[in-house]
Amino acid sequence: MSDNYGQVRIALRNCGVIDPEKIGDYIAQGGYDALAKAIFEMTPAEIIDTVKKSGLRGRGGAGFPTGLKWELSGKSEGDEKYVMCNADEGDPGAFMDRSILEGDPHSVLEAMVICGRAIGARQGIIYIRAEYPLAVKRLQKAIGEAEELGLLGDDILGSGFDFGIRLYLGAGAFVCGEETSLMNSVQGGRGEPRIKPPFPAQAGLWKKPTNINNVETYANVCRIILNGWEWFRQFGTEKSPGTKVFALAGKVNNVGLVEVPMGMPLRHIIEVIGGGIQNGRKLKAVQTGGPSGGCIPEEHMDTPVDYESLVALGSIMGSGGMIVLDEDDCMVNIAQFYLKFTAEESCGKCTPCRIGNRRLLEILEKITTGGGAEKDMIDLDELGNIVRDCSLCGLGQSSPNPVLSTLKYFRDEYLVHVNDKRCPSKRCTALLRYFIMPEKCIGCTVCARNCPVSCISGERKKTHVIDQARCIKCNTCYEKCPVNAITKE
Amino acid sequence: MPQQAAEAAASFPEIDAYIDGLPDINGALIPVLHRAQEEYGYLSREVQLHIARRLQIPASKVFGVATFYSLFTLEKKGKFRINVCLGTACFVRGSEAILRQFETDLGIKARETTEDFLFPLDSIRCVGACGLAPVVMVNDRVYGRVKPEDVKGIVEEHLKRGGE
Ligand SMILES: Cc1cc2nc3c(=O)[nH]c(=O)nc-3n(C[C@H](O)[C@H](O)[C@H](O)COP(=O)(O)O)c2cc1C
Ligand code: FES
Repeated sequence: MSDNYGQVRIALRNCGVIDPEKIGDYIAQGGYDALAKAIFEMTPAEIIDTVKKSGLRGRGGAGFPTGLKWELSGKSEGDEKYVMCNADEGDPGAFMDRSILEGDPHSVLEAMVICGRAIGARQGIIYIRAEYPLAVKRLQKAIGEAEELGLLGDDILGSGFDFGIRLYLGAGAFVCGEETSLMNSVQGGRGEPRIKPPFPAQAGLWKKPTNINNVETYANVCRIILNGWEWFRQFGTEKSPGTKVFALAGKVNNVGLVEVPMGMPLRHIIEVIGGGIQNGRKLKAVQTGGPSGGCIPEEHMDTPVDYESLVALGSIMGSGGMIVLDEDDCMVNIAQFYLKFTAEESCGKCTPCRIGNRRLLEILEKITTGGGAEKDMIDLDELGNIVRDCSLCGLGQSSPNPVLSTLKYFRDEYLVHVNDKRCPSKRCTALLRYFIMPEKCIGCTVCARNCPVSCISGERKKTHVIDQARCIKCNTCYEKCPVNAITKE
Repeated sequence: MPQQAAEAAASFPEIDAYIDGLPDINGALIPVLHRAQEEYGYLSREVQLHIARRLQIPASKVFGVATFYSLFTLEKKGKFRINVCLGTACFVRGSEAILRQFETDLGIKARETTEDFLFPLDSIRCVGACGLAPVVMVNDRVYGRVKPEDVKGIVEEHLKRGGE
């Protein structure tokens, strides 16, 4: 199992193996043994100590040490405390948490009860995206079954310890994945963040001490309690122990979820586990961390995947989105795609993020439509740094990453866009020009008949021509031409 | 003041029953809005005012929350909600072209609804089916690996059921 070159399933151990709607299946795999151990054989301090020594770090993005977080909320004074699970999974292109919740809901519930026992809380709340109806249904079912068996609710396993879990549905706002926004949302308000400190461990939901972790973080906990911290540390690296689940997508042959030991080189994930690039194309870059992450170019593919290495490259681990890009992808276009996302999702509370991201987006739009100049690249860099340094929450602090990382690694591509008004990967439609190659055109009139703006002229059986001034670059002629006589450049 | 009178007279028994069943009205706003939208399809001015009164919070707060979250809608939606996924995985596999094809075939732009109220066209971000990219959703149904040529068929399939 410790083979560093294959997948290792800890968080996904039961996914696809058990029937997630049958608690008996989960129990047969050793489910709720960790809970019994935590309640009857361990003190709260011992639970926290085990999680601390395991070196488990938050899988929701920032990689904060989980044991330390539990210790902080454990130490906070309070009559009431909360254990929360962040299942908002906002990165558009990632579905790790969804798969865990749908495939193994009890693993998260059990870990939340253990956390409650460790920090002295009696209430758990799972904040889940409303876009995941099946996960919601499975969680509800799982909570009901666990309550029936006395594994959740009052007097758990006859120990006198009470802990209940309820669900809270989000309503479609990326910023609600940020923990303070999430708590505002649960309190029934707009999901706007607030300045930290105080940290949730000190004053979180309803100003009570609150521990919040990501779904995948919790999914690791039961095995650590059961098998011990030494067992967990055999996987991964010194500073980033364990595994990470990634949602591989984009231009790789095998798209889907993979769980690999930390420290595995990016190239190995893409070439071996992902089966290489589709259609024999060349790998260009990998985007990790979604809208908060950056693009890592091909020359850095031998970097081991861990929290520090990815940050050093200007990206982040993030929640586990991993989008593979090939030579047909335009990096300016990708940066613009993410910026459009963050500009729309900025909650508007702080100015650098609300206005800065908008301006960044406008500059990128200018560049991808042929109005850019070299000065714009300097502006992007300067403004990107300002937004990163001055924004209130993690959204704005990380939103310039896609722009800054592509500017750094793909400078030449930006230069071609601004100086030659060309898009080398032919992605930026506004910069394309369509031509009919006279030597190939057979004069069949198909293009002219299909052109939505009738800008193609020519007689039957004679070469046709596209009127550049009127062409709207819709690609129709390119797709319809039976003899591939149309080129774009 | 006819409008105010009408608003006061409007009754929402489903919402009242839901609120009465809640253990605590503190922080209940978002679940109540979800319930109302499920029941009526959208959040009208009247229902927002009603909820504000019942939860004893300012109407401005209800409006503020209803407009903050993208899943809430203040207007009536059409019958077959077409959502083209513009999440990252779908984007890099060409979902923008799919959206453009829907725009051409339906003769509307994204975020508009066809005149017959059958097809509201919009985009969404990642439905968690990235393995099937590019993805289109029509109401709750997922279409995977969609190509621009498939768009026509998807529209026609629903047109046939349009009268139901
Ligand atoms: C804009 C933004 C979006 C976030 N989205 C998520 C998310 O979808 N899921 C998640 O678990 N954490 C998300 N986070 C991180 C959380 O704020 C928080 O750090 C995390 O839930 C802590 O759990 P962990 O320590 O187990 O990772 C987001 C942070 C920011 C700034
Ligand atoms: S990006 Fe479209 S389903 Fe995930």
